[in-house]
Amino acid sequence: MAVTTAPPRPPALRRRRKKGTTGELPKKVWATAIMWLMVVVYGFPVLWFLLSSIKPAGELFSYPLTLFPENPTLKGFTQAWTSFDVAQYFVNTLIVTVAATLLTIVASAACGYALAKYNNWWIKAFTICILATTMLPGEVLLAPLFLVVRDLNMYNSLSAVVVPAVITATGTFMFRQFFLTVPDDLLEAARIDGSGELSTFLRIMLPLSRPIMLTLAIFSFQWRWNDYIWPLVVLNDPSKYTLQIGVATIVGAENVNWSVLLGASVLSMIPLVLIYLVFQKYVMNADINAGLKD
Amino acid sequence: MVDSIHPTAAAPSTEVRRGPEPVKPRQQRWRRRRLNRYTGAPLVLISINLLLFVTFFVWPAVTGLLYSFTSYTGVGTAPYVGADNYQRLLEDEAFYSALIRTLIYTAGVVPLTIVLSLGTAVLLVTDYAKGKVVARIIFFLPWLISPIIVGVIWRWMFGENFGLVNYVITELGGSEVSWQSNANLSLMVVIFAAAWAGTAFNMLLFVAALKNVPTSYYEAASLDGAGSWAKFRNITLPAIAPTTFIVVLLSILHSMKEYALFAAINDGGPGTANNLLVQYIYTKGFERAQIGYASAASFVLMLILMIVAIVQLSMNRRKES
Repeated sequence: MAVTTAPPRPPALRRRRKKGTTGELPKKVWATAIMWLMVVVYGFPVLWFLLSSIKPAGELFSYPLTLFPENPTLKGFTQAWTSFDVAQYFVNTLIVTVAATLLTIVASAACGYALAKYNNWWIKAFTICILATTMLPGEVLLAPLFLVVRDLNMYNSLSAVVVPAVITATGTFMFRQFFLTVPDDLLEAARIDGSGELSTFLRIMLPLSRPIMLTLAIFSFQWRWNDYIWPLVVLNDPSKYTLQIGVATIVGAENVNWSVLLGASVLSMIPLVLIYLVFQKYVMNADINAGLKD
Repeated sequence: MVDSIHPTAAAPSTEVRRGPEPVKPRQQRWRRRRLNRYTGAPLVLISINLLLFVTFFVWPAVTGLLYSFTSYTGVGTAPYVGADNYQRLLEDEAFYSALIRTLIYTAGVVPLTIVLSLGTAVLLVTDYAKGKVVARIIFFLPWLISPIIVGVIWRWMFGENFGLVNYVITELGGSEVSWQSNANLSLMVVIFAAAWAGTAFNMLLFVAALKNVPTSYYEAASLDGAGSWAKFRNITLPAIAPTTFIVVLLSILHSMKEYALFAAINDGGPGTANNLLVQYIYTKGFERAQIGYASAASFVLMLILMIVAIVQLSMNRRKES
């Protein structure tokens, strides 16, 4: 189709576009200007924060304020890392995040596949149950959920942060929507070849869903890394705190030690930024609608 | 399959009639076996989620509802008190102020977030703007930052005696603005911060929706001489309406549950002026150990969230019909 219609069209299109560009120059200038103004609005707070974090403590509050530090130093970072247990918080957060992310992917992939490819009545009922969890998030069930965790003897352990977070409607539905697009013929073919249901899932379907796994991995990593209220409720011992609670305790202090706070905050942001920069396309091109629309 | 094994189908009618008779029960049995065969596998596949659903969803929902009728404190017995918790809740001024503050915050942050995320999404999709690759990364940056750190960043900028904003204001000849000690200004800072942080994810949803609007619509409109604004209003907005609906719903539900941002910016202060519902529940349940009372407050919050969702869904349905 494209080949047959191509010869006559391009000149006409090109001519129209050329006319358009000269007439629409102001539009281009405006759009670009507004966009870069927005870039400043969104980028500046972070830039100011990063530049402040490498200022020595004395320079932070000395007027006149300057954008760039006169004597850049990493003292805030080293102080936060050593004296405020940020290293410990870092390890805890990493354990929680990695464990929860791996388990979330396993549980969501398996469940999403079952919801997409089997039509028993109880599978349909469970689909509705999973949807219902979006209406009752952890924040709403805070007190009773805490009691459940306590009764399971998980209070004050990192598993209390990990285990309840494994079930997510968004992740399950991301996989469900993906597996709905995988033709049933593939499944039938595997059945005719005598492949068991579970091995079909593990050997054929799971490898197909790699892009979804990566997308969910990044989402889950972000959710768990940035979680605040649930870890705050179930972790009591400061040696088990996650980064977010750790930073919040520095903020909550009577006299906020800004030098340490800025250092700890910036340190806590690094892993996510790195992951985002590496796996950017899996976030930006993700059809996140899939997980939320249904 | 069975028919092809018996090539008698084309033979006289008596043979044909005899043919299907033995096949039917066999097919039925095969179908039944097929259904039965697939109960084990799906059950195994959903087992993790099923177990977690029962443990961390059904169980707390049921016990929470039961506890909300008791004066349970987390230890010992749970004496039944009837609807006393709910009655006290509805008489508690702190609860109402938390509820009203939550509604004001939601009314402030949701429209601002929608406008900003739709605006940035349009800029990222349009052919006119230059430098979109960099802009996209910068716009998306706040998504990576946790609510606590977002709070710290904005607290650092809006510090009353040390913040950059007040410094600029005094340099320009103004007087210091009390961003922390004035409850309304403090709430405003949180709203700005929340809109700044919430833009990225919604922007992503809008970008996906905008890219799906057929370009032929715009071409047709251009031929009819429609301007940019007319095209945006009459083509883009109706085309992305389903996404807008989801974004509005998710933003409302999300902002009704906000806590971390307030904790970091001003700890729900000054005083308790900016305590939202979740902070109210947290304070009652965990700092004062009134589990029963906190459960009652939780169920009121849940009721509000459900009303929001139902109202939105019905409004959406009416609009569609």
